[in-house]
Amino acid sequence: MALGLEAKLGDNVMTSTLDYIVNWGRENSLWPFVYGTACCAIEFMSTAASLHDISRYGAEVVRFSPRQADLLLVCGTVSYKQAPILKRIYEQMPEPKWVIAIGACASSGGIYDNYCTVQGIDTIIPVDVYISGCPPRPEAILDALMKIQDQIKGETVLEDRHKDFKGILD
Amino acid sequence: MNATALEKFQAAFPDATCKVVLESVVINVQPDKLESTLAGLKNDPAFNCGLLLDVTGIDYKDYPETTDTRFYVVYTVRNWQDNLLVQVRTPVVDPEKGIPTATHLFDSALWGEREVWDQYGINFHNHPDLRRILNHYQFEGHPLRKDYDIRKGQVCIGNDSLEKEIRARLAINGVAESTMKDINTEIMFLNLGPSHPATHGAIRILTALDGETIMANVNEIGYLHRGFEKTSENLTYNQIIPLTDRLNYCSSMMNNIAYVKAVESWLGVEITERAQFMRVVLSEFYRVLDHLVCIAANMVDMGGLTNYWYLYNEKEAAYDFISRLTGARLTSSFTRIGGMYRDFYEGWESDLELHLRDIEKGIGDSIKLVLKNRIVHDRTKDVCVLSAEDALSFGFTGPTLRASGVPFDLRKDAPYYNYESFDFDVPVGSKGDIYDRIMIRFEEMFQSIRIIRQAMKSIPDGSVFIEDSQIVLPPKADVYNNIEGLANHFKLIFEGVKTPAGEWYDSFEAANGELGFHFVSDGSGRPYKLKVRPPCFYIMGGFHKMVEGNMIADAVINLGSINIIGGELDR
Repeated sequence: MALGLEAKLGDNVMTSTLDYIVNWGRENSLWPFVYGTACCAIEFMSTAASLHDISRYGAEVVRFSPRQADLLLVCGTVSYKQAPILKRIYEQMPEPKWVIAIGACASSGGIYDNYCTVQGIDTIIPVDVYISGCPPRPEAILDALMKIQDQIKGETVLEDRHKDFKGILD
Repeated sequence: MNATALEKFQAAFPDATCKVVLESVVINVQPDKLESTLAGLKNDPAFNCGLLLDVTGIDYKDYPETTDTRFYVVYTVRNWQDNLLVQVRTPVVDPEKGIPTATHLFDSALWGEREVWDQYGINFHNHPDLRRILNHYQFEGHPLRKDYDIRKGQVCIGNDSLEKEIRARLAINGVAESTMKDINTEIMFLNLGPSHPATHGAIRILTALDGETIMANVNEIGYLHRGFEKTSENLTYNQIIPLTDRLNYCSSMMNNIAYVKAVESWLGVEITERAQFMRVVLSEFYRVLDHLVCIAANMVDMGGLTNYWYLYNEKEAAYDFISRLTGARLTSSFTRIGGMYRDFYEGWESDLELHLRDIEKGIGDSIKLVLKNRIVHDRTKDVCVLSAEDALSFGFTGPTLRASGVPFDLRKDAPYYNYESFDFDVPVGSKGDIYDRIMIRFEEMFQSIRIIRQAMKSIPDGSVFIEDSQIVLPPKADVYNNIEGLANHFKLIFEGVKTPAGEWYDSFEAANGELGFHFVSDGSGRPYKLKVRPPCFYIMGGFHKMVEGNMIADAVINLGSINIIGGELDR
C-alpha cells in the first residue's frame, strides 16, 4: 500500500522546472562555512545559539571543511596575511557557492584603513551579500541569509557564477 | 613610589639615571649596561623583578623634543610580590646593529623582541629566532617607524612553511634525526589553522607528532593584526576608545576602562566616586561574561555541548541587557576620559540582579555537569601542566598565571578604584593544569558577582563626570545656547584632550591578565605612540611549553583554557 504523497498521487507525474526544484533544495539547506576571525564571529555564535536559532532557515549544519560547505560567511577583519588563506578556502569550496561579507571590516576594511587590513574581501573573492554593522546584530545575519535564499531562487543551474572574477591575488 | 626606593635603585645601578613616573621607576641605561641591569633587576633579591611584562620600541623621529638617538627600546618588568614596576630604557644608536637580547633572562622576551624587530626594525644580538611575528613574511619595511606610510599595504601571496622553526624546536627537545626517520617513530607534521574550528580565531599551530604525542610545537600569529597602534597615532585620545573595544571583544568594556584609566592617571584626574563604582561594577560584570564564553567554548572543544547552552545563553541575554545601557551589544565604547558616557538607566539595579541570578543558575547547572564528571577530570587533570617559574618567565598574568599557583592579581596587589575595600578572594591553582585553569575561571565568576553586589550596595549618588572644561565635553544645552560652550566643544573634538608631554605605563587587571598601555605623549591631543601590553600575546608565547609532551587533542582544549582572543593577541 502506498503511503504519504504516493497514496495521493498514485502513478501520476508532476512537472516542474529543473531550476525550481534544485533551487528549492539549495536555498533550504545551505551549509555554512564560518570563516570567523574577529568580533563578528561572536555575533555569529549568538546567531547559532538558542534565541536566534539559525536552524529555522535550514542553515545550522556548520561545516568546518570548505569541501562540505556552500555558503562562506566571512565574519571579521581580513588582513593581508590572511588573504591567501581566505582565497584558498573559497577555491576549495565546490560550486555552487555563495559568500556573505559580515560586518564593516569584511565589507570595506571598516575602521581599519591601514597597512595591514584588506579594504574589503571583494578585492579577493566575489561577494554576494554585504552586511553593515560593527558588529552586525544576529538579526542582520539572518536577514543576509534570507537575501541569499532570495537570490538563489532567481538563479539558473546551467550557468557558472563569477567565472570572470579577478582579485588582487589573481 | 617613595624617595628611598628610588635611592635604592640609584645605588644599585650607579651608571644609570633613575626617576619615578607615576607608579613606576624608569631607569635609563646605555646598551652595554642593559644586560647587567636587567639581570640585576631579576636576580637581586632586593628587586626580584621576575616578570618581564613587555618590550617595546619608540621612534623619536618626529618628536618635538630632540633625543640623543632616534630609537629607544623599553623593557617593562615587575616584582609581583612587592608591587614594584620598573621600566628600563636604552638608546639604540644603529637599529641594524641593535642591542643585546634579554631572551636568556626572560622567555617572554622571545616574542616581545620579535615584535619590536617586526614593527621597528631594531635588531637584537643573539636572539635565537628573530623574524616577523605580526606582519607577514613577505612584508618589507617596519610599519611603526614614523616614516612608514600608514596606508601602504603589502599584498602577501602564500604562507611561511615554518619548517626551519619546527626542526629547530625538535632539535631543542632532543629528538634525534634518526628518530624522525625511523619507520616506527617517524615524525608527522600536523598543522592546525589558521582557519580551524579548534583555534577560535585565526592562529596557526604547527606540531610535530610521534603517534599522537606532540614532540615539538611552533605557533604563528598575526593573522588578525589590524594596526591598532599605528592607527591610534592619528586619532585623538577619545577617538581611540572605540578601537579599544575591538582588542578583547569578549570583554570590551574592560578595555575601555583600562584605556581611560591609563590616560587619566597621567592627567592626574581623579574621577567621581560614582564613576569609580560604575567602572568596578561594569568591569566585574564583563569579567564574568568573558569567563562564560571562555568556558563555554572550552567545553565544546571537550565535547560537552550542553555546557555551551547553559553558559552562552546567559551571555546572550546579558548582551541585550548591556545594549540597553550602552546602545551596542558587543562594542560598548562606554567610557570617556574623565568619566562615563552616561549614568545607569532607571531600573538598572533590579535588571542587573535578575541577570546575576540567571548567570549564577547557568554556572551552577554547568558546574553540576563538570565537577564530578570523570571524562572532564581525565581529560584535564595533569594535562598541559605549566610550573609557576615557567609561567612567570613567559610573562603570564591573570587566571592562567594564578592557575600555576602565583597569587598575583592587580586588584589585590596594586588596587585601584577602591578594590581594597571590597571583600573578595583570589582563587589560586595548585598544579597549573587545564583543570585548574577552568576551575579558576568558574571561581572568579563567583568572586566577581560578590564584588558587584557589594559595589551596588554602596554606590554613591552624584555625577559620573568630573567638571573640567579641558577634558570633558560641555553639556549639550551649553553647546547649543552659548558661544563659550560651542567653542569648548569644538576645541575638544578637533584637538582632543591635551596631555602633558612625557611617557608612562599604566595597567589594569583585565579578564585575561594584566592589560597595560604604554604611552608617549608630545603634548598634543593625539598620542605620539601607544603600545598595548596584551595578556594573550605572552600567554600564546608560552603555548609550546604547555603542550609539548602531551597529546594533540590536549593541545586543542589547552588553547581553549588559556582564552586566546585574536583582537588582543595581534592588535
